[in-house]
Amino acid sequence: MSETTKREQHVVIKFAGDSGDGVQLTGTQFAETSALFGNDIATFPDFPAEIRAPIGTLPGVSGFQLHIGDNEILTPGDTYDVLVALNAAALKVNLKFLKPNGIIIANNDGFDDKNLRLAKIDENDNPLHNGSLDAYQVFTADITKLTKLAVAEFGLGNKEAERCKNMYVLGLVYWLFDRNLQHSIDFIEKQFSKKELVAKSNIKALQAGYHFGETSEMFGNRFEIAAAVYKKGTYRSINGNQATALGLLGASVKSGIPIFLGTYPITPASDILHELSKHKGFDLISFQAEDEIAGICSAIGASYGGRLGVTTSSGPGIALKTEAIGLATMLELPLVICNIQRGGPSTGLPTKTEQSDLLQALYGRNGECPLVVIAASTPADCYEMSYMAVKIALEHTVPVMFLSDGYLANGAQPWMIKTLDEMPEISSHFIRQANDSKEYQPYARNADLSREHAVPGTPGMEHRIGGLEKENITGNISYDAANHELMVKLRAQKVLNVADTLPLQTFEHGNKDSKALIIGWGSTFGSISTAVKELREEGLDIAHIHLKYINPLPSNLGEMLQNFDKVFVAELNNGQLIRLIRDKFLKDAQGINKIQGQPFQITEIKDIIKHNLQ
Amino acid sequence: METAHKTIFTSKDLETDQEVRWCPGCGDYAILNSLKKVLPELDHSKEDFVFVSGIGCSSRLPYYMDTYGMHSIHGRATAIALGLKTSRPELSVWVITGDGDALSIGGNHLIHTLRRNPNLNILLFNNQIYGLTKGQYSPTSEIGKITKSSPIGTVDSPFNPIALALGSNGTFVARTLDRDPKHQQEIYKRAYHHSGCSLVEVYQNCNVFNDGAFEIMTEKDSKPFTTIFVEHGKPLVFANGTKGIVLEGLKAKVVDIINGNTEGLWIHDESDSMKAYILSRFFDNDELPRPFGVLYADASKPSLDGLIQAQLKEKRIDNKTLAFNDLLKSKNSWEVQ
Repeated sequence: MSETTKREQHVVIKFAGDSGDGVQLTGTQFAETSALFGNDIATFPDFPAEIRAPIGTLPGVSGFQLHIGDNEILTPGDTYDVLVALNAAALKVNLKFLKPNGIIIANNDGFDDKNLRLAKIDENDNPLHNGSLDAYQVFTADITKLTKLAVAEFGLGNKEAERCKNMYVLGLVYWLFDRNLQHSIDFIEKQFSKKELVAKSNIKALQAGYHFGETSEMFGNRFEIAAAVYKKGTYRSINGNQATALGLLGASVKSGIPIFLGTYPITPASDILHELSKHKGFDLISFQAEDEIAGICSAIGASYGGRLGVTTSSGPGIALKTEAIGLATMLELPLVICNIQRGGPSTGLPTKTEQSDLLQALYGRNGECPLVVIAASTPADCYEMSYMAVKIALEHTVPVMFLSDGYLANGAQPWMIKTLDEMPEISSHFIRQANDSKEYQPYARNADLSREHAVPGTPGMEHRIGGLEKENITGNISYDAANHELMVKLRAQKVLNVADTLPLQTFEHGNKDSKALIIGWGSTFGSISTAVKELREEGLDIAHIHLKYINPLPSNLGEMLQNFDKVFVAELNNGQLIRLIRDKFLKDAQGINKIQGQPFQITEIKDIIKHNLQ
Repeated sequence: METAHKTIFTSKDLETDQEVRWCPGCGDYAILNSLKKVLPELDHSKEDFVFVSGIGCSSRLPYYMDTYGMHSIHGRATAIALGLKTSRPELSVWVITGDGDALSIGGNHLIHTLRRNPNLNILLFNNQIYGLTKGQYSPTSEIGKITKSSPIGTVDSPFNPIALALGSNGTFVARTLDRDPKHQQEIYKRAYHHSGCSLVEVYQNCNVFNDGAFEIMTEKDSKPFTTIFVEHGKPLVFANGTKGIVLEGLKAKVVDIINGNTEGLWIHDESDSMKAYILSRFFDNDELPRPFGVLYADASKPSLDGLIQAQLKEKRIDNKTLAFNDLLKSKNSWEVQ
């Protein structure tokens, strides 16, 4: 019974199974327990768009990738150390990213003839037995059968009993990594508080899996990953959509202006709606509209009335909201539009990540219609950037587009909680009280070109606004030629003025004298930053700039780029930010692009840079 | 919801410095004037009225009313007004829309707004034509109509806006016409006092692109015979008291009234949704007069804004900063020393 313990600095685990197997829950639980233990983590759930794709098939495979470590972890990892495969399809889909000599934990019951057939593997060629996995450490168990046996005493139906196997696997992996079961036990009790037998069965399966790890002597050794060294503070695990919801809500509380959320459900943005709709206690109205257009239009109506209008969506929905974004630009009212990007065009890849809506965000409207565009770089950064979206919208009386994506939305990391006293103040420009001192002019402007908005109900300030071009200062309809040009330029300058209030851009790595520069934006932060760090360790002096404010760009960016002859722009699209960089700074930048619905692997970035610098 | 201390204002106070730009002779003038007469008689102060419109001739109306107003984008006024009204339930919010705006590009928002029942007053100016774009057929144009976009006649069957509103579970459905200011004013007041979403279809003449569309219902000679003005609790009588309507099963039938005896006639009951639907279907039968008035009113259904406010009140947190900071920590947080 003597097992040895292997110390590792970091390990990548992939849980994979059928989309009905509950591997997302297995992965989330393992991630939360590891975060509570003190590891740094990065997660990457990867699942099919169908709720229940055909069972056992290759397209039906759902995966949850998790990177845990005793020091800073910025990506879910390129390749896995451990692959948990609940059926043959899961193994087949994921094997290519398993490290040589990596560990496979396979459920024998998922490799029967039927499952092999569904995975398009010859029934006589079971990979668990044909020697094809000799380069790996393979551990197999009859997980389905063992789970059913373990929970038999509670008398669940066959299907319900089998459904506990994700907890059995979780227990087994908990043993392998020497983790405490308590967090998951608490979770199960809470989750199934009204279904006692189901709760008991799942807890039993969890414990049985753990004990099986111990008594079966299945594994040669256990892993030990020490807690990471963190700064003193209070931490929690958070994913991008949770962080986005909390950032919006926090900014609403800080500013004292309650949110009206007008939203239509869409993958992968819906969780923001789910989260915010729990928080009506903060005077928040959440309205699930009949369509994307009503979502944003109701939010505009709310902003007009003195609330903070927010709408959340993804690319296809943003396309539908386009005309209303133009209206908000003309009305010069605060509005936050969250685009949780996914693969496009059209319906595209609903559950896969992509950064291909940047040009849509920047330019995708009729007329001269500049929009403030900002992007979060990590799941936790969604908190700060969605907060900033609100701050900019309210202080500059403009619509703001906040960009996240599927990878940030569902990926989780530990986050040192930032309470509201650590967040910047937010002011606003709503007039709610009668003011006799001067006549109200809706389009009179402050120094930064923001305007004061008298909300309906304010005596003596009755006025009309609309989508037609308006006369400067008075806001009356105007078709005057010179006035139109003036107004177009005022609206453009107003957006540019936002840059005066933004933090200056800094280098993540390197400096203006580095040999080459790589620019990224949004969710690629972890991959690019890790790649650059490794290249620098290998002796290549590469600098990294990561943009969070895209329109307007930080005011010092041009100066930072000046010295570089070699500039790379890495993004998960066919080249979008690169157009902006070329346009604004006349740099002959070179793109590093990936359009596979998947995040960058670190090696992909490194290889291109190395190849180009030789 | 009524404001506690209404400040007095007059129709004249509602005039703006904007030149009214509708074509001379347009039915919209009469509607504007009726509204200006009605507003001072209502319970809200001038600053508490908001007119939200979409796009089209009718949608210019907010510019000519010195209240708060928004001239928005095509078809979306109902959605904008819903966001405003639920945010600020103490305001009196009116939607000004047309047949193209409400029933074509904004059809989806209209039906969902009606079913949700926010306390809005929707005035749908129906002139059966696209005026602002200079004369294409609209979703209420009669089949076979010759227009710029249908040179040999339309093949689209028109909407029956009243039936659509009833089918969308509208709680207040009425019809009036531009040429009858008194009736208009009465109906607008009723719409205002209804707690819930009021849909008022206003037959409105476009004298440039569709002149005379409702002529037989507005001209003195024909009006008594082609229209019927319904009132709650009263028998359905028209043709200067010479004809009435009886209900035979689910079928309406015109009968002669002999010696003023209205016994046996259909008695209008605003609260009866089934009868309201039959009234809405007079539309399909040229033998039956077109009904005007409040065809259906159901005050029992709570308004959306009322329901939302009740939820907010029930859940209200006093110290939001404290609660928010606690919320950040509530999900399995841990301390690093």
